[in-house]
Amino acid sequence: MSDLTPLSSLSSLEYAPAPESRAVVTVQDAYGHFINGDFTNPASSEQFATINPATGEHLATVAQGSDADVDAAVAAARKAYEKVWSTLPGSERAKYLFRIARLIQERSRELAVLETLDNGKPIRETRDIDVPMAAAWFFYYAGWADKLDYAGFGPQPAALGVAGQVIPWNFPLLMAAWKIAPALAAGNTVVLKPAETTPLTALLLADIIRQAGVPDGVVNIVTGDGRTGAALVNHPGINKVAFTGSTEVGRIIQSAVAGSGKKLTLELGGKGANIVFADAPIDETIEGIIDGIFFNQGHVCCAGSRLLVQESIHDDVIERLLRRVEQLRVGDPLDKNTDVGAINSAAQLAKIAELTEAGVLEGATRFSSSCALPSAGFFFPPTVFTGVEQTHRIAREEIFGPVLSVLTFRTPEEAVAKANNTTFGLAAGIWSEKGSRTLWMAERLRAGVIWANTYNKFDPTSPFGGVRESGFGREGGRHGLEAYLNV
Amino acid sequence: MSDRVSVSKTYKMYVNGAFPRSESGRTFVLNDVEGNFLANVAHGSRKDIRDAVVAARGATNKWKSATAYNRGQVLYRVAEILESRHDEFVSLLQLTDGVSAKRAANEVSKSIDLTVWYAGWTDKIAQVVGGTNPVAGPFFNFSIPAPCGVVGIITPTVNSLSGFIATVLPALASGNTVVVVPGSHEAIPVAVTLGEVAATSDVPAGVINIVTGTASELAPILASHEDVDGLDLAGAGESRLELGRLASATITRVVDSDLRDLHDLKRLRAFIDTVTVWHTIGQ
Repeated sequence: MSDLTPLSSLSSLEYAPAPESRAVVTVQDAYGHFINGDFTNPASSEQFATINPATGEHLATVAQGSDADVDAAVAAARKAYEKVWSTLPGSERAKYLFRIARLIQERSRELAVLETLDNGKPIRETRDIDVPMAAAWFFYYAGWADKLDYAGFGPQPAALGVAGQVIPWNFPLLMAAWKIAPALAAGNTVVLKPAETTPLTALLLADIIRQAGVPDGVVNIVTGDGRTGAALVNHPGINKVAFTGSTEVGRIIQSAVAGSGKKLTLELGGKGANIVFADAPIDETIEGIIDGIFFNQGHVCCAGSRLLVQESIHDDVIERLLRRVEQLRVGDPLDKNTDVGAINSAAQLAKIAELTEAGVLEGATRFSSSCALPSAGFFFPPTVFTGVEQTHRIAREEIFGPVLSVLTFRTPEEAVAKANNTTFGLAAGIWSEKGSRTLWMAERLRAGVIWANTYNKFDPTSPFGGVRESGFGREGGRHGLEAYLNV
Repeated sequence: MSDRVSVSKTYKMYVNGAFPRSESGRTFVLNDVEGNFLANVAHGSRKDIRDAVVAARGATNKWKSATAYNRGQVLYRVAEILESRHDEFVSLLQLTDGVSAKRAANEVSKSIDLTVWYAGWTDKIAQVVGGTNPVAGPFFNFSIPAPCGVVGIITPTVNSLSGFIATVLPALASGNTVVVVPGSHEAIPVAVTLGEVAATSDVPAGVINIVTGTASELAPILASHEDVDGLDLAGAGESRLELGRLASATITRVVDSDLRDLHDLKRLRAFIDTVTVWHTIGQ
């Protein structure tokens, strides 16, 4: 084992603060639901606050969706489906979706700042990834709306009807785009429930949808916590449930819709193995490991949270990795130089802390960045555990935070066995210059997405989704249409 | 007070992002359907075709190596600009194609929607015509569509707007650059105006080149040009046989069917070469 003390030649260099201006976005005091083309009066519902997790600042109050609100939204979606949306030719639906894509591009800075305020993720990521990819998702699926006959599901594939969609807090706008774009392209109308800690960009998207002139009721957004989500997925008026979130909630939803005839797709948790062979290009690999676990504070279902390193290069990889971790800039998410922003909520911070404690108690060696953390808000230092055993909780449970568990292997067979030793199966990474072995590994890894010499890459043309307890169904690509077609 | 004297447009060619006259110095008179003088149109020559092919060849790398998403956005931008010039095309079609205002408006709307349709194909064609091949052995085998390169197009002689869009857009959407010769004199004003649309739509210079003149003179030059990889002879009429034989000298891919369905997957596939990659699988 090498000396774990990081050597940072940059530790004495300081960056001047470079905060993105908040002036581009106006946050209302209170928001209602977006139902049938209009925002409801917030005062008509129970309300709760959404805060900036980087400061604790109160941003706005949003409405807690009741059964009646969900009823109204589903009724609006049904009416819009029957009277308008299902009667439009695909080429007309396409043009609405292209408009949404363009409006997202036009209002991208506003969306990026709002997402960073409400979620805590760095502005660099919202600006360069979340928002442009949300626009790209609409653009790509817009092009499918008038080409469904060519998608490989037989001639004139039919829509399902009304889709109920429940999305998580880690990529609030992007997940809304992943859900709404294919649903509308395929001819469905939707009721979407954003996560309770991150509702604001979905509500701004509602405004964009209004600007695009999308017919009333085609997209409805109901805010609220898990009770609202339960009311939506259990509603007899919907034909489709799409959920992204934890495996725990996924089980409840699958049980709830069993026998109902509702089509279901689940995109759930993961414990991604990032596998590094001795012949890997080392500098790219270190960056890939960093991106795999610290992107979006590790709040990524497909995060490469288990690093499997071939034994012969373990010490070298760890030394380089820890040095790099020390250089990550943790802090103000609005600062353009920030690499790791705020943990999304107090509850999530407590969960990360608890699992990290368990890692220490079970005997793994903890290294955490010595970076100073802001005094307000929810922050956790980038952390790497070495000497992790497969039985440790930090090797088995999804931490959903900036915490990496490092294990070793000797042979490709052992790497496959360890990588597959999980109930999850969302994503895996393979780092090697030997393509034939990478493909050999890819045939054996039980994961829905496999990245070779890269990690955490997403594209609207590329199907994404898990195997085993990471869920079923695919989002993205031609395959992503299937989830919203009666085929 | 007298009526204002309007500014007449000079109808020139569109090559490599600029609007040159013919190097030959030739022009011919083009009248509208009622016989009124419309313009002295540039009468393109062999040299003009050669210049256009050089421009198209020069733009191939930039266009085919742009991401499919980017190419889709550029072609969608073409639709946006077409929409903003909707009324201009309606007026023009009445003068050149001799159709009623109502029919012209329908033709323009249809052409814009067709442009949107093709814009959406750029990042989907590979998913529809490409794929993996389950070969019997330890290999990962996949086929990807690649553009042929430079495509020469003789546009249809009628329906000058939708005919142009329906032949040029599929070649562009699959990643090719084009040299376009309007199939008839009547099709020239719309083609030249579409050059102006291209010039203001983020379409890189050289991706679309339009050589005006007499199709029967220019088409054989295009068909026999060694650096043209594909030919769409939609507007070539009875000269298809001769042009097809000229193209055979360099194994140029030829589409010589009439334009029947505007949404023509055949034309989208026509100028694609399938590239298949074998990669070993093993420890």
